[in-house]
Amino acid sequence: MSAGITRPVTSAESVGWRIDDIGPDEMILSMGPQHPSTHGVLRIELITDGELVREARPHIGYLHRCFEKHCENVDYPGVIPYTDRLDYVASMGNSLGYALAVEKLLAIEPSPYVSTIRVIMAELQRIASHCVAVGTYGMDLGAFTPFLHLLRDREKILDVFEWTCGARLLYNYNWIGGLSHDVPDGFVRACREIVAEFDKVTWPELVNLLIGNRIFIERTAKVGVVSRELAISYDLTGPNLRGSGVAYDLRKAEPYCGYENYEFAVPVGEGKHGPLGSCFDRNWVRVVEMKESARIISQALDRLEKLEKTDVREKVPKRAKPAKGEVFARSEAPRGNLGYYVVADGTAVNPYRVKVKSPCFTAMSAFHHVARGVMIADIIALIGSFDVVLGEIDR
Amino acid sequence: MDALLRLFSLIPGWDQNVPAWASITLAGLVAAGLCLGFMSLGPVGYVYVERKIAGFMQDRLGPMRVGPWGLLQTIADTIKLLFKEAIFPAAVHKVMFVVAPCLVVTGAFMGFAVLPFSPTWQAADLDVGAFYVIAIGSLSTVGLIMAGWASNNKYALFGAMRSAAQIVSYEIPAVMSLIVVVMIAGSLSLQAIVGEQAGGLHNWFLWKFFPLNVIAFLVFFTATLAECNRTPFDIPEAESELVAGFHTEYSGFFFAMFFLAEYTEMFVASAMAAVLFLGGFAAPIPALQTVGGFDIGPVWLIAKAWALVFVHMWLRWTLPRLRVDQLMHVAWKVLLPISLFLIVVVGGLLTWPATANGFPWDRWVGWLLSALLFVYLATTAARAWRWHARQVREAVA
Repeated sequence: MSAGITRPVTSAESVGWRIDDIGPDEMILSMGPQHPSTHGVLRIELITDGELVREARPHIGYLHRCFEKHCENVDYPGVIPYTDRLDYVASMGNSLGYALAVEKLLAIEPSPYVSTIRVIMAELQRIASHCVAVGTYGMDLGAFTPFLHLLRDREKILDVFEWTCGARLLYNYNWIGGLSHDVPDGFVRACREIVAEFDKVTWPELVNLLIGNRIFIERTAKVGVVSRELAISYDLTGPNLRGSGVAYDLRKAEPYCGYENYEFAVPVGEGKHGPLGSCFDRNWVRVVEMKESARIISQALDRLEKLEKTDVREKVPKRAKPAKGEVFARSEAPRGNLGYYVVADGTAVNPYRVKVKSPCFTAMSAFHHVARGVMIADIIALIGSFDVVLGEIDR
Repeated sequence: MDALLRLFSLIPGWDQNVPAWASITLAGLVAAGLCLGFMSLGPVGYVYVERKIAGFMQDRLGPMRVGPWGLLQTIADTIKLLFKEAIFPAAVHKVMFVVAPCLVVTGAFMGFAVLPFSPTWQAADLDVGAFYVIAIGSLSTVGLIMAGWASNNKYALFGAMRSAAQIVSYEIPAVMSLIVVVMIAGSLSLQAIVGEQAGGLHNWFLWKFFPLNVIAFLVFFTATLAECNRTPFDIPEAESELVAGFHTEYSGFFFAMFFLAEYTEMFVASAMAAVLFLGGFAAPIPALQTVGGFDIGPVWLIAKAWALVFVHMWLRWTLPRLRVDQLMHVAWKVLLPISLFLIVVVGGLLTWPATANGFPWDRWVGWLLSALLFVYLATTAARAWRWHARQVREAVA
């Protein structure tokens, strides 16, 4: 035990330490980048006193692929496949944000038909992504079976994606001003089946098997408490923010793609089994969000059936060359607010600059703050509860 | 060994020509060989069964490719492990690195020596059999610590420290609940303990002093589950935290030895639970004890042990893992008080003499007393829980 746990945090000492800071009973444990549960190639340096963690310092950048530099060298539509590779668990949501940004730049308004399909795809992707998030979270805590059950159901969503656009992981689906493919015949029925099965089987099973498990609650409910103030000050977004009790969702706050037409609730952490903003709450928000997404999908499917079918590539520009200007657009990706800042210089067909505001990156920046004075096993629970995807952090 | 000696004396002229020490040595060697064969071939079965059970629970098929229904999969894996190179990282302590898995396997294997498979099929009927199993089980702890230390790897060291703390802690409730059985049987000999339970299902120690021994069984089962490092107590090798715990640096045959030890320990622990509470080799219905004049006690013991092994596997594929402090909490603040309480109550019930007129009034009084104690404990627990919930509510507000 050391004084470090109760020491007030200042920004200078919160990021690094010198070798003299390590006490006689303490040891530096390097967790990752090749570690089974750092969700990719994250490396965390821990100062541990036995099982107790005094300080944790995350190191990122092992998956850096020069995304932003690449974007400057390809044309506007050419960026979309790169955006898919940011958060590779939720590619649909990534390309949506970029498409919205460039559409704003080119002043294109996609048809309601296209927007509705985008909503369905984004919400299906949200369910699929949260399936992985919650499933791997259970696996981090030692429960292997829920993970495979959830992956089984994610598979059905991926099948629909494959059916629509031919890809299962990286879709290149949300094009600027439209979509790469129209939905196939029978798409609505397939989606309805997925939603019905999700509501009837997957969700209750998940809550029974994992979320309601006493050990799971004990492991997560009093761990990694992010207060409302801390969450806001570190700019946590998405389920991480809502887990701390802040009901802020871009789909409600700044609706895009016609989200204002759908009825859905914004689930927030309730502090049911412990202090508000714990790992359990963040995870619980994801679980409830899946259900809300299913609700949105059913409404969007109803809407899609009533809407007049239009050509989904109708408004896709032949050659995207926006006038000089800059734009920032963001969308509620499964992991939080994913923002794209795109600068056009008016002379070239490639962006002058693309900057991504990553929700996982901000979540990781709050990590060291809550990782003080916890145990090694809690570090794993913490990483999982923030649900970071290193592809999006490192870009 | 008795059975082997009897077998030897059937050979004409054996008793006259072979000295006693030689025939005992030979019988011992044969018994050891049989146990060793059982132990080394057993895991092939357990691993296959575990994979199939995991597949069943996870909505998939499990091994299907090698042989019919994947039956040969574990054999193929075993052969692969035997032929793989055992990698020695540069910084390991070579001697301890090699000795550690041997010690772990030895510790697991020696438990077999006293398991009674039938009145005669037992390698050695020690007077202190129950004590011996517990004592020899701790030997593997030494091996685990050695493995963790010799690996010269921080994760391995963490795993070793965790396993030492865990096994030492959980041995205490295991022994305490074992004492309950020993008090009832009046002997530490496993043969005598099973003998007391012979004659059918209703004689099993599980039903004695009805709710009490069921609790003792659950305590014993939980504690041995922890001693085997199985989920939810698998923190020494928690793969999501410590990569692979104490055997992070092991590969090839040495890794296979740890694996062997784990599955063997699982079987020994389950067999011990079966012997102590479920009648061991005694059949649930006396008529089923022999088939065609043959004593099928071994089948009963193995069936009971496998049923418990199945529960081990079931738990493993269902539950998340506890944290280190919660693990200690369960051992010291839940299991240990319960088992101490059981010792006191069962001891009290055993020492009250039966009344002269035949009706055990004192037993009934004992029942009443223990029921009252239970009610008291339950209300205390409920009150503690409510208090805790209130604290949490106030903390949130």
